[in-house]
Amino acid sequence: MLGLTHMAYILAALLFIMALAGLSKQETAKMGCLSGMIGMAIALIATFTDVSAFGFAAIVVAMLIGGAIGIYVAKKVQMTQMPELIACLHSFVGLAAVLVGFNSFIHLGVIPSSNCVIPVDGTAEDAANALAQCKDALVQAASKTAAELNTELVEIFLGIFIGAVTFTGSIVAYGKLNGTYKLRIFKSAPLQLPFGNYLNLAALVVSFFLMIWFVAADNAPVFPLLVMTVIALVFGVHLVAAIGGADMPVVISMLNSYSGWAAAASGFMLENDLLIVTGALVGSSGAILSYIMCKAMNRSFISVIAGGFGNAPVAKKDDEEMGEYRELKAPEVADLLKNSSSVIIAPGYGMAVAQAQNAVAQLTEKLKARGIDVRFAIHPVAGRLPGHMNVLLAEAKVPYDIVFEMDEINDDFENTDTVLVIGANDTVNPAAAEDPSSPIAGMPVLEVWKARNVVVFKRSMNPGYAGVQNPLFFKENSAMCFGDAKKTVEDIVANI
Amino acid sequence: MLIGIPKESLHGETRVAATPDTVAKLLKLGFEVAVQSNAGALASFDDASYAQAGAKVVKEKEAWGADIIFKLNAPTDAEIELMHEGQTLVSFIRPAQNSELVEKLNAKKVTVLAMDMVPRISRAQSLDALSSTANISGYRAVIEAAHAFGRFFTGQVTAAGKVPPAKVMVIGAGVAGLAAIGTAHSLGAIVRAFDTRLEVADQIRSMGGEFLKLDFKNEEGGSSDGYAKVMSDEFIKAEMELFAKQCKEVDIIITTAAIPGKKAPLLITKEMVASMKAGSVIVDLAAATGGNCEGTVAGEVITTENGVKMIGYTDLAARLPAQSSQLYSTNLVNLAKLLCKNKDGQINVDFEDVVLRNMTVTKDGDVTFPPPKISVSAAPQAKAETKEVVKPEPKKANPAFKIAALAGLVVLFMLMGAYAPAKFLPHFTVFVLACVVGYYVVWNVTHSLHTPLMSVTNAISGIVVVGAMVQISNSSILIGILAFIGVLIVSINIFGGFAVTRRMLAMFRKQQ
Repeated sequence: MLGLTHMAYILAALLFIMALAGLSKQETAKMGCLSGMIGMAIALIATFTDVSAFGFAAIVVAMLIGGAIGIYVAKKVQMTQMPELIACLHSFVGLAAVLVGFNSFIHLGVIPSSNCVIPVDGTAEDAANALAQCKDALVQAASKTAAELNTELVEIFLGIFIGAVTFTGSIVAYGKLNGTYKLRIFKSAPLQLPFGNYLNLAALVVSFFLMIWFVAADNAPVFPLLVMTVIALVFGVHLVAAIGGADMPVVISMLNSYSGWAAAASGFMLENDLLIVTGALVGSSGAILSYIMCKAMNRSFISVIAGGFGNAPVAKKDDEEMGEYRELKAPEVADLLKNSSSVIIAPGYGMAVAQAQNAVAQLTEKLKARGIDVRFAIHPVAGRLPGHMNVLLAEAKVPYDIVFEMDEINDDFENTDTVLVIGANDTVNPAAAEDPSSPIAGMPVLEVWKARNVVVFKRSMNPGYAGVQNPLFFKENSAMCFGDAKKTVEDIVANI
Repeated sequence: MLIGIPKESLHGETRVAATPDTVAKLLKLGFEVAVQSNAGALASFDDASYAQAGAKVVKEKEAWGADIIFKLNAPTDAEIELMHEGQTLVSFIRPAQNSELVEKLNAKKVTVLAMDMVPRISRAQSLDALSSTANISGYRAVIEAAHAFGRFFTGQVTAAGKVPPAKVMVIGAGVAGLAAIGTAHSLGAIVRAFDTRLEVADQIRSMGGEFLKLDFKNEEGGSSDGYAKVMSDEFIKAEMELFAKQCKEVDIIITTAAIPGKKAPLLITKEMVASMKAGSVIVDLAAATGGNCEGTVAGEVITTENGVKMIGYTDLAARLPAQSSQLYSTNLVNLAKLLCKNKDGQINVDFEDVVLRNMTVTKDGDVTFPPPKISVSAAPQAKAETKEVVKPEPKKANPAFKIAALAGLVVLFMLMGAYAPAKFLPHFTVFVLACVVGYYVVWNVTHSLHTPLMSVTNAISGIVVVGAMVQISNSSILIGILAFIGVLIVSINIFGGFAVTRRMLAMFRKQQ
C-alpha cells in the first residue's frame, strides 16, 4: 500500500511539472492546467488511504467549505483584482505551512512529555540526569537518532519562519494592492521606519540564534519557537510594508517563491517527496519571476527588498527646460488614428485602474476594421503582477498574437505612425535611456518616442510612481490627452 | 478689436492671411474680422464664404484701418501710408534685412509682430509660420521636380520592361527637407539625404530617407537656435566630395540649405551639375537667398547644356495657395490665442512671454529688434547627454566573489553530507533536482502567461494540504483542529487557484 501511495505521488509530481511546462505556450496552457488538476486529484486520493474514518469525514467537510469559498471567489474576481487575489492565496499557503510546522512540533513533543519528569527538589546532578533521560526518551520514542531529530527541528523552525513571513507579507501585499484600507502599512507608499533595513537584519540574526537555542537545548523548548514566530510575523509585515506599490510585481513573485519554499520545508518535515518537489517547483518559479521583474526595472533584488524607491535625493535639474506639452482632445486623437497606418498601444497600470481595457479592445477592433495595423506593447513590469496586462487584454478579448512584449516590439516603434500610451509612465520614460543621472537610468523601457506621434493618456501632469519627471510628455512628437482613460478612449471610439 | 485682412499686393502672391474657417475661430476669441473684397480669390476662398463665416467684406481702406492687421508679406510704402498710430501689424517682416522698413513702421508708431521671428521652442510650434511654409515648399519642390522629370518616381516591372526607381538626394533636413524626403519616398523614389547636423539622422530615416553620413569627426552643425551653422573648410571639402559623387548617381537633387541672415551656402558647383545625367532635375529652395546650386536663377527654370533642369522658384508655397493660406492663417489664430488669453477680443503684447517678446519688432514707438537671445532646448543639448550615456554596464559579479560563493556552497554540501542523517539525503536529492527542473520549465513560460503561472503555482502549492490531511487523524485534539483549519484554507487555494487559472486561460484567444 505504501508503495502505491509513493507511486501516486511520483505521478502527481510529474503531472505538476507538465502543468508548468504546458504554460510555455498559449496553445498548450489549458492542457497544462488540466494536468495540474489531475495531479492534485491523484495526490489527494492517494493521501486519503492514509487517513482514518473520522479524519476522512473532517477532511471532506473542510474541503467542501474551502473549495466552495475558493470557487466562488475565483468566479467572482475581476481581472483587475488578480494581484490581490494572488496575494491573498499566498497568505493561505504561508498560514498552512505555519500550522503544519506547529503540528509537527506538537507531534514530536506529545510522546516524551508523558514519561519525562524532572525532579525539582533534587540536586543539580539529579536534574541533569533526568534531563539526559528525557532526551533519550524523546529520541527513542520518536525512534530517531539525535542527528535526525536535530534536522527535523531545523526543518520545523525554518518551515514556520518562512510560512509566517509569507503569511503576513502576503496580507500586507493584499492590503496595498486593494488600496481601500486606511491602515498605514496598507498604503501604496513605502513605509520608512528609521533603520528599517537594520530592523530586518536584526530580525534575521535574532531568529538564527533562537534556532540554535531551539535545536541545541534539551527537549526542544517551545519558547524560542513562539518568539521566532512572532518575530517572523512582524518581519513579514515590515518587509512588504517598506516596498512601494509599483514594486509589487517583484513582491508578489517573491512571496510566490516563499510560499513554495514553505511548502518544501513542510515536505522535509513530513518526509514527503511530493511536497518537496512541488515546493521546489513553485519556489524556483517565483524566484525566476522575481528575477525577470527586477531585470525589467534594472534593479537588484536587494534594492527592491531594501525598499523606498525614488526617495534618494535626485539631482533635480532643468525642470524649467522640460518645456511645454501639447494637449489633444479625443476627436483630434481620433483623426490622428484614422490617418495612421500602424498603431501601437502601450498600456500600464493606469489602464487597469480606469478599467479601460474593454474600451481599448473596442478601439482596437474599430481601427483594425479600417485596415490599420494595431499592436500592443507590454513592458514586463506593467501592472502589479507579472503578465497582468496580458490577462486584462485577454479578458477584453484582444487576441494574444497582437500583444507583444518589450523585446519583441521595441525595434518597431521607429516605423510606427502613432503610439497610444495608456496609463503607463515610468515604463515609457526616455530619461531611462538618455539621462544617466535619472533614478531610473538604465531601466529598459518601451521606446515609444521613436514613433512619429505619441499620445499619452493621463489624468494629470503628475509624475509617475518613481517620482521622476517624464521628458516624453515634452517631446515635439508627443501630445497629452487628459482625463479618465476609459472615458477618453470611449470618446475616441465614438469619433472613429 | 477689429482684425483686418487686406488683399496681398505683392506680384504673384496667391495666399491670404485668413480663411473662412479661421475667421470663425477669430470671432470665437471675441474679435471682429474685416476682409478686403477679393482677398482670398486666388486661394479659392470667395467673399461670400467669408461673409458666411461672419466676416465683414470691406474695401481696401477699411481693411487697413482695422486695429490689427493680419498679413503675409511686409507692407509696401503705399500700404504703410494707409496705416495709423496704435495699430498692430502681424506679417513676415525679415527685420534683420529690412531695417528701413522697420524704421518706417516705427515712425508710424505701429506695433509690429514678425511671423518670421517665432522662436523655435516647442510651445511656439503652433505659430511657427516658417515651418508650415517650409513644409509646403518641401512638398511642392518634389511635385515640381516630378513634373519636370521625364520618368516615373517609383520602380515598376511592366510588360513593356523594367523601370528603375528615381534616385533623389535631399540636402538639408530641416522642415522643408524632411517634407521633401517624405513626399519623394511616398512617390516611390529612393531618397538619400544629407545634413550637417548628425542628430537629424533619425528624423531622416523616420521619413523614409537614407542618411548620407560624412566620414568626418569633431564637428557637428547644430547650434542652440535650432538652425545649422557655418562649417569649417575641411568639413566643406569632404562634403563637396560627397556631393560630387552623388551627383553622378542621382536623378533629382533638392537643396534646402539656408543659414539665417546670410547668403545660402554654395553646395552644388557647375562641374557637379555638368556631371549629372541628362533629364535630371535640381530644385533649389534657397534660390531666393542666392541659391545652393551654381547657376540657379531665382524664380525661373533653366535647362543646362547637358539637359539638367534647374528650378529656382521662390514662390513654392504660394503655388499651393489654399493649403498655404490655411496653415498660415491657423498659425495666426494660434498667435491670436496667445495675444488674447481672456478671449475677450483685446490683445496684450506681453513682453514676459518669450515668444511674443521675440516676435515683436516695434512697440509703442520703440524698435525692440533684435530681441534678447533665447536658447532652444531642442536637440543639441540632448546630444551632449546621449554621448555620455555609456550603456549602463550590467553589474557583473566579481569573479573572485563567484569562486568564493561556489566554494562556500561546496563546503556547505560537504558539511551537510557529513552531519545530516542518512534519511535526509534522499529528500535533499529530490529537492535539488526539482529546483533544476523548475528552473528550466519556468524559463520557458511565455511572458503573457505569467499571471496564470502564478495562479497555477499557487494552486499546486496547495499540496501542503497533504501534510495537514495526514495530521488530521492524530490523537491530539489540538493537532486535529489545527490540521482541520489547514485543510480548509488550503482547499481555498487549490480550488480557487485552478478555477481562476482556467477562467483566465479561457480568455486568451487567437486572432481569427
